[in-house]
Amino acid sequence: MSIIVNHVSCVFDEDSNMPTKALKDINLVINEGEFIGLIGHTGSGKSTLVQHLNGLIKATEGAVYFNGEDIYDKDFDKKKLRSKVGLVFQYPEHQLFEIDVFSDVCFGPKNLGLSQKEIELRAYKALKQVGISDEYFYQSPFALSGGQKRRVAIAGVLAMEPEVLILDEPTAGLDPKGRDEILTMIKKLQTEMGITVILVSHSMEDVAEYVDRIVVMNQGEILYDAEPKEVFGHYRELEAIGLAAPAVTYIMEKCREAGFPVDTKATTVLEAKNEIWKIFHK
Amino acid sequence: MELIQTENLVFEYIRRDEEGNVEGITKAVDNVSLQVKQGDFIAVLGHNGSGKSTFAKHLNAILMPTEGTVYVDGKDTREKEALWDIRKTAGMVFQNPDNQIIGQVVEEDVGFGPENMGVPTKEIWERVEESLKAVGMYAYRKHSPNKLSGGQKQRVSIAGVLAMHPKCIVLDEPTAMLDPNGRKEVIRAVRALNQAENITVILITHYMEEVIHADKVIVMDQGQVAMEGTPKEIFSQVERLKELRLDVPQVTLLAHELRKSGINLPKGILTTEEFVEELQKIALQIL
Amino acid sequence: MLRDITLGQYYQTDSVIHRMDPRIKLIGTIIYMISLFLYKNITVYLLAFLFLIIVIRISKVPFRFMIRGLKTVMFLLLITSVFNLFLTKGEPLVSIWKLTITKEGLANAVYIVIRLAFLIIGSSLMTLTTMPNQLTDGLEKLMRPLKFFKVPVHEVAMMMSIALRFIPILMEETDKIMKALMARGADFEGGKLLDKAKAMVPLLVPLVISAFRRANDLAMAMEARCYQGGEGRTKMKPLQYKRIDYMAYGVLALYLLAVILLGRLYPLSLIS
Repeated sequence: MSIIVNHVSCVFDEDSNMPTKALKDINLVINEGEFIGLIGHTGSGKSTLVQHLNGLIKATEGAVYFNGEDIYDKDFDKKKLRSKVGLVFQYPEHQLFEIDVFSDVCFGPKNLGLSQKEIELRAYKALKQVGISDEYFYQSPFALSGGQKRRVAIAGVLAMEPEVLILDEPTAGLDPKGRDEILTMIKKLQTEMGITVILVSHSMEDVAEYVDRIVVMNQGEILYDAEPKEVFGHYRELEAIGLAAPAVTYIMEKCREAGFPVDTKATTVLEAKNEIWKIFHK
Repeated sequence: MELIQTENLVFEYIRRDEEGNVEGITKAVDNVSLQVKQGDFIAVLGHNGSGKSTFAKHLNAILMPTEGTVYVDGKDTREKEALWDIRKTAGMVFQNPDNQIIGQVVEEDVGFGPENMGVPTKEIWERVEESLKAVGMYAYRKHSPNKLSGGQKQRVSIAGVLAMHPKCIVLDEPTAMLDPNGRKEVIRAVRALNQAENITVILITHYMEEVIHADKVIVMDQGQVAMEGTPKEIFSQVERLKELRLDVPQVTLLAHELRKSGINLPKGILTTEEFVEELQKIALQIL
Repeated sequence: MLRDITLGQYYQTDSVIHRMDPRIKLIGTIIYMISLFLYKNITVYLLAFLFLIIVIRISKVPFRFMIRGLKTVMFLLLITSVFNLFLTKGEPLVSIWKLTITKEGLANAVYIVIRLAFLIIGSSLMTLTTMPNQLTDGLEKLMRPLKFFKVPVHEVAMMMSIALRFIPILMEETDKIMKALMARGADFEGGKLLDKAKAMVPLLVPLVISAFRRANDLAMAMEARCYQGGEGRTKMKPLQYKRIDYMAYGVLALYLLAVILLGRLYPLSLIS
């Protein structure tokens, strides 16, 4: 159970006089149950890559395999792929359209042609998973607060019961508490439901805190694919492509320069605290 | 009287249900009194729905107070004759970079404000040039705004306000929709204006890193001023900020956590340099 | 991608035509159109053709861009010429089954193709050499006399330029919402007409909401920047005729005169 991206390239406006190479020979394996952070500055090809994973964009070259099947096969069921690889776009609340929260979440399962009972069951479960309580079910989605709307929109994708959930900057525009709440909820989906999660993010702090593996993209190519500690060890290279390491990495680096015997691999506040604490309690 | 002064500002709006019946009254801004001096850099923090944007819209006479008064450069925002003077004095930059650019070419957009004010053509060109240079976007003056990055668009918006020669710029979450690089670009431009041109800045945000250079930070909650002080004073109250759905920069949080576990770092550390310095002092004492 | 679509298909280059005042280009286009419909006369068309070729050369816009405009109306062109070919009464030329091509029909078909093709190319030339915002400026200034009849000229021009600015943004948004819906299993391709119409509802609702939100934001931003309608407004780029524009008017007048003279003195029709 995995997604394999095999030598995928993607060119936009191929026949125009200014073709853009959005992806260049991407190779990537996404294993079941992983929590992957996908980072890269705007225009690095992250969004294009994730849209390849559920077949919204077709590769110019190369192949994508989902659970061993070639998704470009003629008789491959695209709709089923999209239900199995759920994609939550940026500001998903801007795509809500139904008269009430519950009907909106039903949209996905309904498109899968399930029975009415199954549709409603799934919608109910999804709304519970994102922490929307019953009192909001029959309210207009537009009457909710920003954070709640976003949860409803995520539920709309969860209701299709995806095996892989891709979220494009799910915390954009939310306040700090709202950010934490959404990310905690996503982490729970991964650990408790076993859903594979790909988090597209600009926040290195968030990525360091939550993911097991980071994929760094730059100019349509994968630059790094490793665990957070290793990737953020390359903070100078990351800076060169307009990214950065979490603030903590820099703090630890400065501490080491000042002569403190700390391991600079710390990427979260907790790790950094333990490192520094050790110096004073030997 | 200070450049901007609000006295017991209250703003209420009426909530209605689907049939249009009154459901209740919400106080979006509740009794806010504030004084901003010329040249100040004020940051207003607050979670979504804390009333900070509603407050900001009063400073440009987009919204009128339900109770209390707002004075901009000595003029009451409710006076009709003063309206355009007030909008010239306190320019405003909004959140969504796409929805505030009117021109189809960068320079034309920057010229929009002066055109509305009836500035003579020759002077418009001068203003456009100096404003675009001030935000580092002069090289893009002939570009279409659609092809700029978010940070660049916001800098164009700032230039558009600057061309009106304001004394004060109110920025309503200008970085909320930008990536980290765009955020840095915009904050750098805003700080430069504040320091080089002595323009008063009121920055509404919920990114903590953006406020550490402010002269004063105001934290809003439920329409009221919940905290007020220098960045240092504000960020020394980590727990209180968390209660208000906010957080602190990582370095401040790290120092806070260490202090909790017995390492006696001072409160309100804001920069890495400061952190390392303080840590060295302690090391000298203990080790 | 979608954002790169330039509206009004402006072709960026530096030529005399590009530098001309938009008003002369608007008026020039109208005069050219009139010249095409004054006479059914081959000599006039030859002159019109020559004029067009010269202007295209001066504009430095590659010829294939002119053809592009023609391609989109090819179907219309074909239909009208076929109708003319078969439905005009007159002296029979060829008869196939129940359809008869007459001499007059053939002539009419040729005329209509020439007229429409020249007309399309002529107006494409205008949009290719004039930025949309200049075009709205030109229109606003040309229409100014209509203000006397209480036509809100400034407002209409402002609306046009705002529309031009937001069309690419809304197009990109449409694309994004469609993709988001497809990610939730929506189908925009298959199905009957009714199903297709139904599938549009989830697309249109968020799009309309977004358009309103943007309009609201924009109105606020415009007010914040002291916009209060056309009164008392100055222009950053006021339209002012330069020497080249007066010369262009002269050339236009000469062209029109030549068309009229040719049309009167050398009537060369396809049917005698």
